[in-house]
Amino acid sequence: MTGTADPKRAAVLASIRQSLGRGEPSRDARRELDDRIRRHKPNLIPKRGRGSHAEQVERFVAMAESVAASVERLTRDTDVPAALAAYLRRHNLPMAVMLAPTDWLCDLPWDTQPMLTVNSGRAGDDDVVSLTPAFAGIAETGTLMMTSGAAHPTTLNFLPDHHVVAVRRSQIVGAYEDAWDRLRKERKNGRGFDLPRTVNMITGPSRTGDIELTIHLGAHGPRSLHILLIDDDPA
Amino acid sequence: MTGKPKNIGLFVTCLADLFRPTVGFAAVKLLEDAGCRVHVPTQTCCGQPAFNAGARANAQAIARGVIAAFERFDYVVAPSGSCAGMIGKHYPELFQDDPTWSKRARALGIKTFELVSFLTDVLGVRAVDAAFEGKVTYHDSCSGLRELNVKRQPRQLLRQVEGLELVELPSAEECCGFGGTFCVKYADISIDIVERKRKDIVATGAGTLLAGDLGCLMNMAGRLHRAGGDVEVRHVAEVLAGMTDDAPPIGDTGPTRARED
Amino acid sequence: MEFMQARKFKDNAREAMADRNLQSALAQLKGGFIPRRQEAADRLPEFDALRDRARELKDHVLANLDVYLETFEENCRAAGGQVHWCATAEDARAAILGICREAGARTVTKGKSMVAEEIHLNGFLERHGITPVETDLGEYIIQLAEEPPSHIIGPAVHKTKDQVSDLFLAHHRQYGKTVRQTEPGAIINEAREVLRQKYFDADVGITGANFLVAETGSTIIVTNEGNGDLTQTLPRTHIVVTSIEKVVPTLEDASTILRVLARSATGQDFSAYTTLSTGGRRDGDLDGPENFHVVLLDNGRSAMLGTEFQDMLRCIRCGACMNHCPVYHSVGGHSYGAVYVGPMGAVLTPSLEGIDDARHLPSASTFCGRCESVCPMRIPLPKMMRHWRERAYDSGASAAMERWGVDIWAWTARRPWLYEAGARLAVRLLKRLGRGRGRLRRLPLAGGWTRGRDFPVPEGRTFQEQWRARRRAARPAP
Repeated sequence: MTGTADPKRAAVLASIRQSLGRGEPSRDARRELDDRIRRHKPNLIPKRGRGSHAEQVERFVAMAESVAASVERLTRDTDVPAALAAYLRRHNLPMAVMLAPTDWLCDLPWDTQPMLTVNSGRAGDDDVVSLTPAFAGIAETGTLMMTSGAAHPTTLNFLPDHHVVAVRRSQIVGAYEDAWDRLRKERKNGRGFDLPRTVNMITGPSRTGDIELTIHLGAHGPRSLHILLIDDDPA
Repeated sequence: MTGKPKNIGLFVTCLADLFRPTVGFAAVKLLEDAGCRVHVPTQTCCGQPAFNAGARANAQAIARGVIAAFERFDYVVAPSGSCAGMIGKHYPELFQDDPTWSKRARALGIKTFELVSFLTDVLGVRAVDAAFEGKVTYHDSCSGLRELNVKRQPRQLLRQVEGLELVELPSAEECCGFGGTFCVKYADISIDIVERKRKDIVATGAGTLLAGDLGCLMNMAGRLHRAGGDVEVRHVAEVLAGMTDDAPPIGDTGPTRARED
Repeated sequence: MEFMQARKFKDNAREAMADRNLQSALAQLKGGFIPRRQEAADRLPEFDALRDRARELKDHVLANLDVYLETFEENCRAAGGQVHWCATAEDARAAILGICREAGARTVTKGKSMVAEEIHLNGFLERHGITPVETDLGEYIIQLAEEPPSHIIGPAVHKTKDQVSDLFLAHHRQYGKTVRQTEPGAIINEAREVLRQKYFDADVGITGANFLVAETGSTIIVTNEGNGDLTQTLPRTHIVVTSIEKVVPTLEDASTILRVLARSATGQDFSAYTTLSTGGRRDGDLDGPENFHVVLLDNGRSAMLGTEFQDMLRCIRCGACMNHCPVYHSVGGHSYGAVYVGPMGAVLTPSLEGIDDARHLPSASTFCGRCESVCPMRIPLPKMMRHWRERAYDSGASAAMERWGVDIWAWTARRPWLYEAGARLAVRLLKRLGRGRGRLRRLPLAGGWTRGRDFPVPEGRTFQEQWRARRRAARPAP
């Protein structure tokens, strides 16, 4: 199935070229297209994806709330365990959470919440609540960007009924393009950069409009999305 | 009006020519009142039925005749967004592989206008000398609306008509289901669509329905009459020209003022 | 299951218009999608400019499609994925079956994929002993009902809540669900519970793709329910079934089109889940599929390049054209007798299945142009439907009566004096038939019109006739 010897691959490419009325593109033409990719210039970023960082943070909160996510502001990341426990109590949820196995979350002072059962790892069918980090928060649509990896199994984003996300103010960016830039920088390697297996852009909890076009939350993924926004760059 | 009067070639449209000459005379009056000199070269149809049936060669042949008959005027004006759109937007497309005719088609296209938008946007008409008592609603015919941006212009002039109260039609931008030959080729669907439109019209409580295209008007009038309502239907030009006494509403009978020949 | 056929469009349409449940669902669709899209567009001042950029971008891709596909393939393979090039639907089915067999698959879960519908994958898998389970709620509903989708983003949009209640009651007994749920929330919950186990049991997860990113070799899916993500994350093998025109150069380019996609489709600013998949599970990952396959389908698309139908390859399957189509509002999706319905389907289906069988689809349009006016990719849908009509006319696929009628009429219209003589005669005849009335309830040869509409009687003499008489009268005698 691989390589240039695949006759079907050759047939599809030949058909494309025939329809376009040309042969294989020249080396220069290819280089030009490669350059376009390497430059990866943004096309048009709407105004709402711009503005000061403080504006972007406010927009992120407003947009996330507009899609039925809830946002809670914390002043320090050490407040996360207490905030999570309070959230569970408030919603009458079992006092157990599955953490993304990242040092940042695992090293938080969980011992301050003795009633809370804390585990870390991937999500199973029984996990009701997960707590994960986010790679970025994108203001223009209130979107969280999650990157998969050993420290952030993707199942945590989808299997539990309630997904709690801890994100720092400094991680909020304006537009999707800003998040791609950060991702490229962080995952730079010899060939350029590599993406993790999965990048999830999450905008509010799961929903469906398949029953008479009325929106209902919690179709297959989380029924609620709670964002803990941590103030790490006091203005 | 200052300067030399503009010479207008009136493209009367085949439907107005056959079914409702009053629309043509209303167009003439509006144009003459605005200081134009109106000419009516011998004409048949813009060729849209052939064009939309996929009979491109036939459409081209008809279009050549229209171009030759109308290119000598300063402007071509039609009391129809559909026919004006055909000449203005689709003729150039029809001849895209024929440099000579393409050039002539484009030259004609840029000076071809739908009547009401020509009055407001080109001639700068702001007022009309007309009165009409009652509540009217207005349907935006698709070609005029989407090909020629005719939306604000008829409303702007209708507001100048003494005694006229304009109520907006819900879903005014939705097709009435006429669609040229569609209305007979897919008659059941066409009737279903125009029935939805009829309900919207009746719901406005307006006594009169206006629009700028005779095809749509005949379709909506036909459905309104079949369902047995009493909404009257007219071309917007008749109202703007103050000529509603010249002919009864579309599909109705009534006293008609004799026209001097 | 044999369902409606495109060549019987008129009969299908009549049936659909008599179906009260369908009509109420269609009314709901019209009332929902149209204002929601408008509001979303109004909220973003750059919306129309983004549409222009999206169009330019996709035109650039289509002009360089071979190179971008090769780049995509290279990067996908570098990330551990496999790309299967498929010229035909048959090739794609064979490739998918091969992967499923290699994985020893007995059940596969499926996210929503129009390409999978296009290649009729479910029936094929079943015939080969593999059970496909649709997980998108709408797709799941129509799978239970054994029907094809009637809308590209709301496959079960034709089903009322009551019909879904009945379907679930009939099919969920085996899971111990014996209460007929009538509240939407409870219905959705029941589907959630039933399908949850299926994700865990499946050996292979199949999704579609909204975009392929050449730069990174990633596939992107856009969903709201989260079913696509569970489908692709839990089984050991993930197959992406997609088609060649979905490639874009960079993440930035994908972002541009994403900005117009959800707004046009559902009126959301952004769908709940936009997911990029790049290869299989990495070292140290605790979840995710080990194997990642991309099945890349051509199926007639490459042949559309360079033709009058090339612009159709810009389509991003948002459904805005059908949401705004008066014909779709009357007849729904199934009447089209095809996988792709509404205006986009009327253009695409003849390309995939030939104009002979599909001739009604591009013909059954009023050319109101609303589809084009809302298309995020600015595809000139009416113009392309007209091109199909031209092909049908030229090839003789149009009805002979219609062609003769057009020919005779056009011949006359080119001869003004003959035309006018005919016109004078016709208006006088009609006037006489009217016998003083303003309209006719019946008219020979116009049964289509008068079946549901009165026909107005002409004023009596043509405009040109009167105009010339008036001119003669005004001119002083020589």
